[in-house]
Amino acid sequence: MSWFKRILFTLVLSMLPVIMSAGEGSGAPDSEVNVAEILFGHTSDGYGWHITDWKGHHVSIPLPCIVYSRSSGWHFFMSSKIAHGHEYEGLFIADEGPYEDKIVERGADGELVRPFDISITKNVASLMITAVLLIVIILGTARWYKRNDATQGAPGGFTGLMEMMIMMVNDEIIKPSVGEKHYRKYAPFLLTAFFFIFFANLLGLVPFFPGGANVTGNIAVTMVLALFTFFAINLFGNKHYWKEILWPDVPLFLKFPIPIMQTIELFGVISKPFSLMVRLFANIMAGHMMVLGLVAVIFVTVKLGPVINGSMTVISMLFGLVINALELLVAFIQAYVFTMLSAVFIGMSRQDEH
Amino acid sequence: MDLMLPDSGLLFWMTVIFGLVLFILAKFGFPMITGMVEKRNKRISDSLEAARIAEEALANLQQEQERLISETRSEQARLMQEAAAERDRMIAQAQEQARAEAQKIMDDARVRINEEKEAVMQEIRNEVALVSLSIAEKVVRKDLSSDASQKELVDKLINELENQVT
Repeated sequence: MSWFKRILFTLVLSMLPVIMSAGEGSGAPDSEVNVAEILFGHTSDGYGWHITDWKGHHVSIPLPCIVYSRSSGWHFFMSSKIAHGHEYEGLFIADEGPYEDKIVERGADGELVRPFDISITKNVASLMITAVLLIVIILGTARWYKRNDATQGAPGGFTGLMEMMIMMVNDEIIKPSVGEKHYRKYAPFLLTAFFFIFFANLLGLVPFFPGGANVTGNIAVTMVLALFTFFAINLFGNKHYWKEILWPDVPLFLKFPIPIMQTIELFGVISKPFSLMVRLFANIMAGHMMVLGLVAVIFVTVKLGPVINGSMTVISMLFGLVINALELLVAFIQAYVFTMLSAVFIGMSRQDEH
Repeated sequence: MDLMLPDSGLLFWMTVIFGLVLFILAKFGFPMITGMVEKRNKRISDSLEAARIAEEALANLQQEQERLISETRSEQARLMQEAAAERDRMIAQAQEQARAEAQKIMDDARVRINEEKEAVMQEIRNEVALVSLSIAEKVVRKDLSSDASQKELVDKLINELENQVT
């Protein structure tokens, strides 16, 4: 690794004087590249699936919008109808304000009103792709076991790989964390969560169409996942678990007149899935931001002349490569961590009296 | 900034999609795979156990076989030793018998020879007596001129004969 660091260090050092001299000479560029817009535009949700710009036109895949307005009822249309500030059936995308980049309509008094919006956005479409991919792959793997006698031999190839991963999650994460006794009941949920997160993470790293959406870096997605875990923990918690929360073994004054311990325990009940939600969201979001930021460096430095731009491109590509490789690892680690912590929390709710 | 605010539409779709995926995979996907793999693992461990038992049985069998072979070998040695002893005993017995038989034959022969000798002696004696009688008769017939000398001679002869007999 040291040779790699040395090359990188030399590259950065050699750039320094060029960057400094260029910084003095360059004035204010006429068309500033808005880095924040690039970053948030790519990591946030959208109504169409923006692919590229071609000769000044946006090229994007239109996605269906499904909107229910109190005043005008249901609306179904493709997102291309409202792209670029167009208005369709009184609906348009807000440029600014609290509903920026969302479909809004004008209320009676001219206020912007947000209708009930269950459009198939970029993230929803990506979720569907992830779901279909996941179902196809897992059911395809399961089909092998239906067609072959699993006791007579092990599958090879892709099915073997999937079996190895599934059994790794099942035996290394779920079984020890939940406990030998109850893990069978929770294994399907935890396995689904693991592979859903893992696939969504990986798809998010693919920079073009079927991937590229920031699905697991969206708090709504991680919130639903965390809620599923929350219900898995609390719906099947045993007597011991609830006793620990509602009447823990502490001195009476800590729990009777003012329920101090109960408050703390209840806070713990909520903070467990909350931490799951924020951890996954923040990790994936940060990964996307880093890659996008490094790519944005190329466009920012265009104005500084070809020498700086060229050298910065090399640097940003190198860093981008490293970060992308790191994100591949993070994609797995975050799925692993989410599954393992969920399993541990579930295991705690099913722990027997000791 | 809507980063930290979950969008209701996405919440709805995520719940629907994840719920659906969970339902399908929990029903047809993962339990099938994990169940079959566990079945296979069980079979593998069972087979290993069976192989271990078979190996043990084989080892036992081999031991038994070795034991049988060594037993047979010692039995064989014992039988051969016994047979040799028996043979020696029989030979000795036969020799003994033969010697006794020979002795008996010799004894018989000796007895018969003695008897024969005795008989021959008796016959010779009788013959000699007859011959001597006839000789004596011839002598007597020639010298029987005087009664006194005749009588004297007879007495003398009788005495001699008596002495000889006794």
